[in-house]
Amino acid sequence: MILTYMEVREGKIKKSSLEALSEARRRADDLGEALEAVFLGKDLDGLAEEAYKYGASKAYLLENPLLENYSSSLYVSVLADFINEIKPKAVFFSATAMGRDLSPRLAAKLDAGVAADCTKTSVKDSALEAVRPIFAGKALASFLFSSEPWIVSLRPNVFPLIEPVSEKGEAIKKEVTASQDQAKDQVVEVKREEGAELDVTEADIVISGGRGMKGPENFGLLRDLIALFPNAALGSSRSAVDAGWVDHQHQVGQTGKTVSPDLYIAVGISGAIQHLAGMSSSKFIVAINKDPEAPIFNLADFGVVGDLFKVIPPLKKELEKFKE
Amino acid sequence: MVPDSESKIKIDHSQNRIDPEGLNFVMNPYDEYAVEEALQIKESKGGTVQVVSVGPEESVATLKKALAMGADEALLIKDEQTETYDGLRTAKIIARVVKEKFSDYNLLLFGKQSIDTDNAQVPSMVAGLLDWPQVNIVTKLEMEEESGTAYREVEGAVERVSFSLPAVISAQKGLNEPRYETLKGIMAAKRKQVPVVSLQELGIQESDLESKLKLGKMSPPPTKEAGKRIEEEPEEAARQLVLFLHEEAKII
Repeated sequence: MILTYMEVREGKIKKSSLEALSEARRRADDLGEALEAVFLGKDLDGLAEEAYKYGASKAYLLENPLLENYSSSLYVSVLADFINEIKPKAVFFSATAMGRDLSPRLAAKLDAGVAADCTKTSVKDSALEAVRPIFAGKALASFLFSSEPWIVSLRPNVFPLIEPVSEKGEAIKKEVTASQDQAKDQVVEVKREEGAELDVTEADIVISGGRGMKGPENFGLLRDLIALFPNAALGSSRSAVDAGWVDHQHQVGQTGKTVSPDLYIAVGISGAIQHLAGMSSSKFIVAINKDPEAPIFNLADFGVVGDLFKVIPPLKKELEKFKE
Repeated sequence: MVPDSESKIKIDHSQNRIDPEGLNFVMNPYDEYAVEEALQIKESKGGTVQVVSVGPEESVATLKKALAMGADEALLIKDEQTETYDGLRTAKIIARVVKEKFSDYNLLLFGKQSIDTDNAQVPSMVAGLLDWPQVNIVTKLEMEEESGTAYREVEGAVERVSFSLPAVISAQKGLNEPRYETLKGIMAAKRKQVPVVSLQELGIQESDLESKLKLGKMSPPPTKEAGKRIEEEPEEAARQLVLFLHEEAKII
């Protein structure tokens, strides 16, 4: 059996968990294994149906009031007990902040291996092979496991959802035992600011600015463009962050975030190797730069050689015109 | 110790590894935040900053840098198996050394991940093996006598996490501004010895470290061919770009 961990935030299943479930469904088919989903939380009513839709035949709902607020130590303790009981062949996570926090601690508890932030999985000779970028994507490495369970976390936004299937399955609700002293660390507050910006790792479109933006005041130009798309986020190069123009959470690249949106627009970014590493897996890449020699053009599906301060205003107008 | 972020990475297919030729090895950038945070805690609350590395003899250079920044003591655990992609091996070694030598320390700081394997596993694995609390990708840390509060950014929100001590914390960019080594610090670090212990001396058998993850093939990332490039007047360039987004990328 393959088990998929379902991440719930604010009462809703994360889309990236459905991606992980979809990929687990494909591998379960290859292996001839069942696919089941596990949820942890305080009150998990109404979530199982979504898991059936994306291929799970069974949903375990592990409930306890102490699981309302995320705790790495408590969640792993509950998950490890559960996994030791049901013994899945593989456990799939999405490589979100939570998935990358849980999976290694769980692996340590189970003395298992974990392939983190994978971008491809396949089955060969009844074994799971997982491919993951290393050096921020400057190379790829494939991994096999030498013992079960095989634990993988999958990069969000890379794996396609399956066509929704049956909405029927078996829900197994379990009141699990948990004590406060198992929660050695616990989230006490989640602050989502009003009008907070979308995170680059969750966006379908990322518009990034670099050194060519010349100063923090000009990032408004990019934010105006972002506002024209439904699910777009602001990114940046390392130099724009190090210059203090934008916050580090926007940084894309080897010491920032790795993104694979449908569209990546690099504005005034020359394309240092450490930046390219973080965005080269984007589906479409557009570059706007006045330097025709900028390395970013070698990667761009569409390059505009020109002064960004002259190109962005008419681009905004054209996009607005198109929207009408 | 990792190749710096400007490094071009070449695969040495004959040995199924990354070719070390011409790489410039530096302290992992995220570890700099961890060292800096330790120094700041020491400066405001007291304590001792011990730095530890697992790796080949060359890792002494990284430890010397940490000493030059102001760390009190350094220790190298010599492990020649450098091409390991299984974080559990490193985590088991670190958990063991903490139990054997540093059981009176109450905070273990790590970089959130190394920028070579990008595993982001060792901190959580060490915490799991020691049964300590963990908070990863921390951008702000407040320490009390027996507990602490950490802030971490998760997909567009900020989580405030309280934890008891001893604890494992991994540092994200934004936690602080790592200091540069001073000349005085570099001179002092030069004079300091970095003790080296072997796995054997720690009582670790190779059989305890058997990898659960086997490296298969390494390959370069898929290459992308440059697409269309235009050099038109801004208005015309904007019009063509929007057409591209609609017709080819099908984004709008």
